[in-house]
Amino acid sequence: MNRPTTLLDDALSFDDGESNSRRPQNGRVVLVEDCVETSGAFVLHHLIKRFLSPNVSSSDSIVLFVAFAQPFSHYDRILRKMGCNLAAQRENKRLLFFDMLMLECPDDDVEGGLIALFGNIQKAVEVNSSNKNITIVIDDISLLEVATNGSTKDVLNFMRYCHTLTTQFGCTIIIVLHEDIYSSGDGFTFPLQLEYLADIIIKTEPLITGLAADVHGQLTVLNKGTLDGFRSSKGKIHNFHYKIKENSVDYFYPGSRS
Amino acid sequence: MADAICRVLRDGALEGEHATSLTINDSIHSPFGPIVFDYIFTQLSSFISSAKSQSRGIVLVKFSSSPSFTVELLKARGFDIATSHEWLRVLDCYSDPLGWKERLKDRGAIKSPLTEASPNVSICKDVRNLNDLFSMVLALGKELVGDGKNRFSVAIDSLSEMIRHTSLSSVACLLSNLRSHAQVSSIFWLLHSDLHDMKAAAAFEYMSSMVANVKPPTTENTDNFSLLEQNYKRGHFHASLKRRNGRVRVMREEFSIDNSLIKFTSVAAGENAVAQTLVPKVQFNLQLSDKEKSDRAKVVLPFEHQETGKSVQIYDGRKPGTHELEVEKSKKHEDSGRGEIIYFRDSDDEMPDSDEDPDDDLDI
Repeated sequence: MNRPTTLLDDALSFDDGESNSRRPQNGRVVLVEDCVETSGAFVLHHLIKRFLSPNVSSSDSIVLFVAFAQPFSHYDRILRKMGCNLAAQRENKRLLFFDMLMLECPDDDVEGGLIALFGNIQKAVEVNSSNKNITIVIDDISLLEVATNGSTKDVLNFMRYCHTLTTQFGCTIIIVLHEDIYSSGDGFTFPLQLEYLADIIIKTEPLITGLAADVHGQLTVLNKGTLDGFRSSKGKIHNFHYKIKENSVDYFYPGSRS
Repeated sequence: MADAICRVLRDGALEGEHATSLTINDSIHSPFGPIVFDYIFTQLSSFISSAKSQSRGIVLVKFSSSPSFTVELLKARGFDIATSHEWLRVLDCYSDPLGWKERLKDRGAIKSPLTEASPNVSICKDVRNLNDLFSMVLALGKELVGDGKNRFSVAIDSLSEMIRHTSLSSVACLLSNLRSHAQVSSIFWLLHSDLHDMKAAAAFEYMSSMVANVKPPTTENTDNFSLLEQNYKRGHFHASLKRRNGRVRVMREEFSIDNSLIKFTSVAAGENAVAQTLVPKVQFNLQLSDKEKSDRAKVVLPFEHQETGKSVQIYDGRKPGTHELEVEKSKKHEDSGRGEIIYFRDSDDEMPDSDEDPDDDLDI
């Protein structure tokens, strides 16, 4: 494959997972944790482009986008600049866009609302599951929590159910989480629960040393590997800096740029 | 030591005592609890399947991964899946813990079956009702061992999920009921301790006769990335075994994850291994054999005091008249077979500490 890979792609190492064998691979859960200073949206865009790009080894991969944060036109504009036409992908059914901006679970039946949402997702997955890799993107989980009137318990149940899709259909799940809105220390364990659930955690943070003109922040990619006891894949941590440019992002190791 | 724990679980409970129980604690900084759990599960399974243990079967309550995972795991560890129904039952609390899928299926929203049907697996569709869960575990156990005096083991992965769905007290009640049941031989569970208060971990530790803590190898702050990466390959395994008389035996081990297999090494042995691998790999021999080491120890170094009470006369150039003595001494030492360093000065012309530059005559 001649596609130029970035440090982020290397760190995620989706490829070796996919080319290993033909038997249905268990999908992975990717958690993108960001904070106010450094938004993780660019990671999400990168991943969407990657899963939709025509030269991914399995050309029939489908992205199922559950959007709570932005309308379709927003993502369309950004991805178009990056060289990926979402509208066209939507036309030929490689992108299924669930506009959830207006989702509001009724007060008395939060669970019912989430069951319906999960039902829609699983239905879409079932229809498209034959021989296709499906990626489910949820942007973002904090707003899902808002839609459920702050019931983290139900959100976690929902995520658990989504997790069953990774084993049943081999879906990959990408979640965006704003970590800084959950204060740590008071025993509030929502981010931690998701970290346990995730196989790959991508964290965007501002530089520890403060702001710099040439570096917008640092990315930590924690690839837990497949810690499932019989498939060999080692856990790895990657740490690098990034700089967001007009329509691309530079990734580089600390100190390799002046 | 992990094997010691497996042996205790294998031996099971005494008549009139609670079942032996084990808590495995881990945290996000060293998330190897599931691997340790699988290790103990497979060890115990091999004891059970070869009828070496007190219990005749094992009931696995699975919250965190699908039953197909367990099948893969057992296959990878060389178990015969075809005969596993004789000793294994899986209670699947992962696929549909709250009955959502069933409701959706009834409505016709989704179609696919939950999991492939297997005689080993039964699905729990309401994990919030722990009374039902308890009776399901018992029913599965009795399916395996019958109603008589035979016993079975229970494994729960993980309690954290269970607590999330219910409450600490009801989970504690379930465990205590299981532990005191006459047909349960041993029981072990996994807990992600950082998801809960201290009191949750403490409550479960009181109920268990063994506690195993999986800890990262370094407890220092985790800003250093190379250290952090080590956390995902190695770790410490601290276990305490409570005796019936109240004595607690604490043990420590290190483990490393190699090729997705977990390996336990005792701490002392681990340090030794590190020391040996510090010597770089070269073509020539840098290490001494035992004989060489003992020979080296025998060499008498030219110190005036050899700690034998006598002072050794060493020719130091100050007394030219003692040369004979020196030769005599060297003769004496030839018989004794001990190594020594004999030093003769080339000439007596010159005092040893003269200020003259010894390299004066070199033409550089």
